[in-house]
Amino acid sequence: MDKAEKRALKICAAKARLGAIIGTFNAKSGHPGGSLSAADIMTYLYFKEMNVDPQNPKKADRDRFVLSKGHCCPSLYAILAQKGYFDWEELTKLRHVGAMLQGHPDMKGTPGIDMSTGSLGQGVSAACGMALAGKIDNLDYRVYALLGDGECEEGQVWEAAMFAAHNKLDNLVIIVDQNGLQIDGPVSEVCGIEPLDKKFESFGFNVVKINGHCFDEIESAFENAKATKGQPTAILAKTVKGKGVSFMENQVDWHGKGPNKEEYENACAELQAVIDGLEAE
Amino acid sequence: MAEVVTKATRESFGMALCELAKENDKIVVMDADLAGATKTSIFKKEFPERFFDCGIAEGNMMCIASGLATCGKIPVAASFAMFATGRAFEQIRNSVGYPALNVKIAGSHAGISTGEDGATHQCLEDVALMRTIPGMTVICPADHYEMMAATKAAIEHVGPVYIRLGRLAIDSFNDPENYKFELGKGITLHEGNEITVIATGLVVNEARKAVEELEAEGKSVRLINIHTIKPIDREIILKAAKETGRIITVEEHNVIGGLGDAVCDVVSSECPVPVRKVGVYDRYGYSGPAWELLEKFGLTASGIKKVILEELEK
Repeated sequence: MDKAEKRALKICAAKARLGAIIGTFNAKSGHPGGSLSAADIMTYLYFKEMNVDPQNPKKADRDRFVLSKGHCCPSLYAILAQKGYFDWEELTKLRHVGAMLQGHPDMKGTPGIDMSTGSLGQGVSAACGMALAGKIDNLDYRVYALLGDGECEEGQVWEAAMFAAHNKLDNLVIIVDQNGLQIDGPVSEVCGIEPLDKKFESFGFNVVKINGHCFDEIESAFENAKATKGQPTAILAKTVKGKGVSFMENQVDWHGKGPNKEEYENACAELQAVIDGLEAE
Repeated sequence: MAEVVTKATRESFGMALCELAKENDKIVVMDADLAGATKTSIFKKEFPERFFDCGIAEGNMMCIASGLATCGKIPVAASFAMFATGRAFEQIRNSVGYPALNVKIAGSHAGISTGEDGATHQCLEDVALMRTIPGMTVICPADHYEMMAATKAAIEHVGPVYIRLGRLAIDSFNDPENYKFELGKGITLHEGNEITVIATGLVVNEARKAVEELEAEGKSVRLINIHTIKPIDREIILKAAKETGRIITVEEHNVIGGLGDAVCDVVSSECPVPVRKVGVYDRYGYSGPAWELLEKFGLTASGIKKVILEELEK
């Protein structure tokens, strides 16, 4: 990836974070912490990796993305808005009565959403179904499912993992956003999931561990996944919850609440400074 | 009268899927390690490339079905009714119902006629659970011919469908020559004006026997077969309420949340008449041969006849 491309991705990711802050502020609720930790991975997918067309969101041979950790949709919405699926203004109405953007992704109402999610563990299974359909139809699209690390406590994740490996779904990539925190506290204290790499390996996955905020590492992980045949890939992405807004970073309290006006203004100023700096480069 | 076919509706379902799949390559069938029992094995044998065993993981299976449906497939996900609708309820609610995906859920071994396996496997709540999901169609066919036609209708309908299958081999009573299945439309099997019996599934034929015996004894009892519990045929129920003034519902299901409640919902708002619900009275079943259990629970012709007579004497 050249420097200009990386800079462009960084700008899109900062705007995704800004959109998540705008959305959760206007909603007076929502999940900024995980939205910010996952922003770089989702930005890479939509701006570099996936074959999608905002003018034709349902085209049959498109790559699919399932946000299995559905609560982190504010930054996904901001990415979809940047891609042109809908107006950026929709973010200011997130979670409002009658608004297009629901608290958790709704595939019926929001262009670009491939699966309705929100109940943890279910999106990854749906992604398996999409990957299986591609195999049945001999289409070469790929399917990406983004999970939370807390989500890996759900038994269904492992049911899906068994199914994916058994059916050799090498067109499926699971990405775990390992920000280390869940509602009740650190994942390691609530109900530890480690060793996650060994778990996925023993379930038949090709496992890649990366820094989920480094675009070079994100790129090489997805390249590795594409080159892997006969088994699905799990990318374990170490991230920082609340990444990009200094007072939200690594704070479990920011899992599920909207910023107040002062916090909103500080967060926007911090992210806007990043965007301005990158654009001036 | 047509030939009587003695077959469990699960088997008729498996046969129908196989027939339909010959014409429709979008049909994909999944099971959770019970293909031999739900009879999706009939499909598996003919179309192994379109059959996927998900293993003993019903919740996962429902969401895989959702993913397949988003890609234009018509997935059929089968298991025992208890595990399909009970264990996987929330997956069906959130990943099938809410996105209104074209998934067909088949629940076999429904009701106490599951028999010897006992309470943990005798699902008496599936209709109640599936009825509460917005947009879900709920079908409970009564014999071989009805199941064949209902399966076709379920596949042709665009949207989520729950179809209830039985384990027990039962006699057919419909005549395939003039039988017509229409989703959401009840069928009047017997005319009558003193009281109406509304039944669904396996017990329809038992109710039919009871009603015919009563006719020979000079009683005029109307019998309606409600194969589609949701959306329910309001018209046929209200007409019966108005014309006969009294209703008995019969189902192999808990009296809470099933056909009886669905009928009460209709009449209570538009034509309140007394409704007596015959079914399983908020309890669990137990092990035993199916017909003995049905007899014990008052769901055979004799038990149903007794209730009708009690109501007629009121």
